[in-house]
Amino acid sequence: MSAATTAKYLTRLAAQGAGWTARRTGAGLTRAVELALGDRDADRVVPPTGHTVWLTVLASAAMAFLAVFALAFALAVDQVAEGWSEELSRALTVRLPPGADDQLARTMEILSTTPGIASATQIDSTSQADLLEPWLGTGLDASSLPLPLLIDVQSDEGLDLRGLALRLHAEVPEAVLDDHATWRAPLIEAAAGLRAVGWLALALIAGTVAAIITLGAQSALAANAEAIRVLRLVGARDGFVIRAFTRRFTLRALAGAAAGTVLGGVGLYLLPAPGAVLPQGLALSGAGWLWLVLIPLLAGLVALLATKRATARALGRFE
Amino acid sequence: MIELRQAGYSYGRGATLSDLDLTLAPGSFHFLTGPSGAGKTTLLKLLYGELKPSSGAALLFGQDSRKVDRDGLARIRRKVGVVHQDCRFLDHLSVVDNVALPLQVTGRDPSAHATDLAQLLSWVGLSARAEARPPELSGGERQRAALARAVIMDPDVLLADEPTGNVDAEMSQRLLTLLTELNRMGKAVVVATHDMGLIRAAKPLVQARILRLAGGNLQAAGAEL
Repeated sequence: MSAATTAKYLTRLAAQGAGWTARRTGAGLTRAVELALGDRDADRVVPPTGHTVWLTVLASAAMAFLAVFALAFALAVDQVAEGWSEELSRALTVRLPPGADDQLARTMEILSTTPGIASATQIDSTSQADLLEPWLGTGLDASSLPLPLLIDVQSDEGLDLRGLALRLHAEVPEAVLDDHATWRAPLIEAAAGLRAVGWLALALIAGTVAAIITLGAQSALAANAEAIRVLRLVGARDGFVIRAFTRRFTLRALAGAAAGTVLGGVGLYLLPAPGAVLPQGLALSGAGWLWLVLIPLLAGLVALLATKRATARALGRFE
Repeated sequence: MIELRQAGYSYGRGATLSDLDLTLAPGSFHFLTGPSGAGKTTLLKLLYGELKPSSGAALLFGQDSRKVDRDGLARIRRKVGVVHQDCRFLDHLSVVDNVALPLQVTGRDPSAHATDLAQLLSWVGLSARAEARPPELSGGERQRAALARAVIMDPDVLLADEPTGNVDAEMSQRLLTLLTELNRMGKAVVVATHDMGLIRAAKPLVQARILRLAGGNLQAAGAEL
């Protein structure tokens, strides 16, 4: 053996060995990462897989980009739905017949002495005219119409709604207490539907990521069938082969998804002003941004599981 | 160590091999001969568990190959070195990395075996080609690299499938010498070959038995060279 060649590959082996030893004897965190992401030493034996590298990275990036907006949409709808539900559940209306001014004072007195009522405000004629404007147009003289007297009530914790209804019925028989239950239910139902659409979009994106990663892994596994056969023939256990492929595809998916998430986050930040349906728009605030961290992690997890499954199935073809 | 008991194998259209009885004892040396297509490679595959007998049994280190699980089969293969006819390298790895592959897949630190690797490459005459990629090697170099990989784990059994199929006479002699050296170290060696010249050349070097495969059966088993 020539001295130069010997020195060259012994040095390389020593360098590899130093890394190997460090990894084998390293901190628990290193071992945990290895367990989760596979073994770098195992990864080396997998031949380069050409275009599937970019397929996996690009697909993960694209899906993560879409996932950012789907997640923001789901969170925004969630917030709106919660707001609707909370606000409407606190809002009550007491209605008196037109001209029942004599009953108004008694009603206000009852409301002001009932525990759990935060405020009770009579809706004046101007506000009523504003409410009717979409149907009756501008310039309406509300006093010329037999409009009922309306009291806007905001409830608080501890309101006994049934008790209030019974008291009003007993003392002001013509007063009607409306808790908006009739039209609150469909609104909440609609919000829940929108919320479901948002989460369904996220689930579909996760499924698509899994499908693409699986296809990429299967393509790489098919291209490397001979390498897998060789590994088995020299004594590799299935776990070794699975770790080798798993690490590669999981890291690619993580890298792609991280890039896609960053791009999506920037896009989200630069979105124009919010609209009327989603008052806060799709913009995330404060801790909301932390949700985005989950996207690459989930993409990595999906890739990990998909690759493990694909590799295990491919190994079944070899003894 | 390895034993075939009435073992047979079929690829689907009639029996390829049938009623094979063979025992590989420590220090034994067998030549497996027969025309192309006789089933020499199939028989070798039965001996290291890549194929499982359709009938009879293959006992690999005391374990029935049809009953051993996949991890168990991997452990058995670490005790059986195989030189495949087409060598079966990972072309993206260097020669030394290919030779060290069995160490790596078993979780051993290749650097801890650097001296062994250096000596092994020197023994097969490939020290200067350690960093070459397999496609850059000649036929003889590939066979010698495959032999080095086959013995890196210090196996009890060495199986070689047409190891001299693509090499010249001088290289054949060199490979034969290496195989007989391994046999003298106590390893059971089986060499599948249709090269009768190789068998004749082995006569002064080793006490070998010739097994002839024909018609799916082992014939003249036990005949001394």
